[in-house]
Amino acid sequence: MIEVKNLHKSFGDAHILKGISATFHKGKTNLIIGQSGSGKSVFLKCLLGLYDYEQGRIEYDGEVFSNLSEDKKRDMRAKIGMVFQGSALFDSLTIEENVMFPLRMFTKLKKDEMRDRANIVLKRVNLEDAHNKMPSEASGGMQKRVAIARAIVNNPKYLFCDEPNSGLDPKTAIVIDNLIHEITEENNITTVINTHDMNSVMEIGDNIMFLRNGLKAWEGSKDTIFKTDNEVVTDFVYSSNLFKKVREAILREHS
Amino acid sequence: MQYLHNIGTYFLMIIELFRKPTKWSVMKELILKDIDDLIIGSIGIVAFIAFFVGGVVTIQTALNIDNPLIPKELIGFATRQSILLEFAPTFMSIIMAGKVGSFITSSIGTMRVTEQIDALEVMGINSLNYLVFPKLVAMAFYPFVISIAMFLGVIGGLMACIYGGYASADDFITGIQQEFEPFHIVYAFIKTFLFAFVLATIPSYHGYYMKGGALEVGEASTTSFVWTSVAIIIINYLATQLLLS
Repeated sequence: MIEVKNLHKSFGDAHILKGISATFHKGKTNLIIGQSGSGKSVFLKCLLGLYDYEQGRIEYDGEVFSNLSEDKKRDMRAKIGMVFQGSALFDSLTIEENVMFPLRMFTKLKKDEMRDRANIVLKRVNLEDAHNKMPSEASGGMQKRVAIARAIVNNPKYLFCDEPNSGLDPKTAIVIDNLIHEITEENNITTVINTHDMNSVMEIGDNIMFLRNGLKAWEGSKDTIFKTDNEVVTDFVYSSNLFKKVREAILREHS
Repeated sequence: MQYLHNIGTYFLMIIELFRKPTKWSVMKELILKDIDDLIIGSIGIVAFIAFFVGGVVTIQTALNIDNPLIPKELIGFATRQSILLEFAPTFMSIIMAGKVGSFITSSIGTMRVTEQIDALEVMGINSLNYLVFPKLVAMAFYPFVISIAMFLGVIGGLMACIYGGYASADDFITGIQQEFEPFHIVYAFIKTFLFAFVLATIPSYHGYYMKGGALEVGEASTTSFVWTSVAIIIINYLATQLLLS
């Protein structure tokens, strides 16, 4: 479980996060949603320790991240898996080597054992035939799946995903969403996903936090987001014509 | 003020390079890869340039000696001095700032743009140690490249001298051996080691701390070439003043 208390972050005069508190539960997919510029990415980077923050605290299973020594921070980071928006695969390594990378850095496994483990994980993300390809030879969807495989290969306790569906077609996006959801439940890990894709919200939103102008504007789940009266959330959720029409149809049915 | 900030960040980067070292089994492979990319991959162009510039130095020297009282050995002597003292260590390093420097800046800069450096940091890896330290170690072999440049520069001069008909091979070789000062080799290699450090670290700095996208990677490569060249010229002046005067 990850607990965030009263998090503040500024860049110069721009106050980006204005006191956010949240709890991200174990074994659940926790979604952070909001418009572009709402502070989602900055919030995620604060959670990951990539940005320092001025005020507040972040606890990973009771341990305050900022209070840890450099060595303990390093150990903690070895328990974190991250799927970046652009996949962030290492260009010079093959897909298999990319997946093996965390094992090479943090375990004492023999090369064959690492290869076996990588291939098991690649099979889990349906990429068993792609291990010798270079990242540049893989499609966007494949790259995302490799990034997921790399993130989970070392059995992380926490999985972070920054817009895992961006740039993907709707069908592939659903495959990626379901994969993350299944992995979260199978391994009982704490997953935090940064997204503005409403399909993801409908598919896998166990817990949802809505950010607006650096503040938490709403919190709920996929079951409650479509029933909320919060105008800020409804304005965001029904901003697309598709969802607008679905809502109109539901309202017609109810009336 | 921005310049002072950049210089401070550069020296902090140097310190950070040596903290939280990467596992030796991984580092070993990175070093070997960088030796291949930066050193072995540069030998061809260095050999080509050194050979022909050596020839040009000889021709220019020979054409400017029109006094019959000046011995022909001076052609070999002047070629040796030019190549050993300045051309091979200094001007070859400026050429390498373009080749190796822009390669380092663009490869690290692209990793920054595509969040690969963030991926390393999230995993708890000291990205500076992982990316820059192997380049620094690989560049410790840079004097080997400069030795080749020295040797081929003189050979190029000898060939130009013989086939251009400016002097006999004996005269040229006698000139090469005349008043040879072994300390000049020491001076040249001290400079080379300093340039190797600059060639590994300044382009890395520009790549690592760049912000933006693909266009900025190109800009960072150009800026890195300019500042690496400036640093080489200044170090060259200071080293010459300290070691030879």
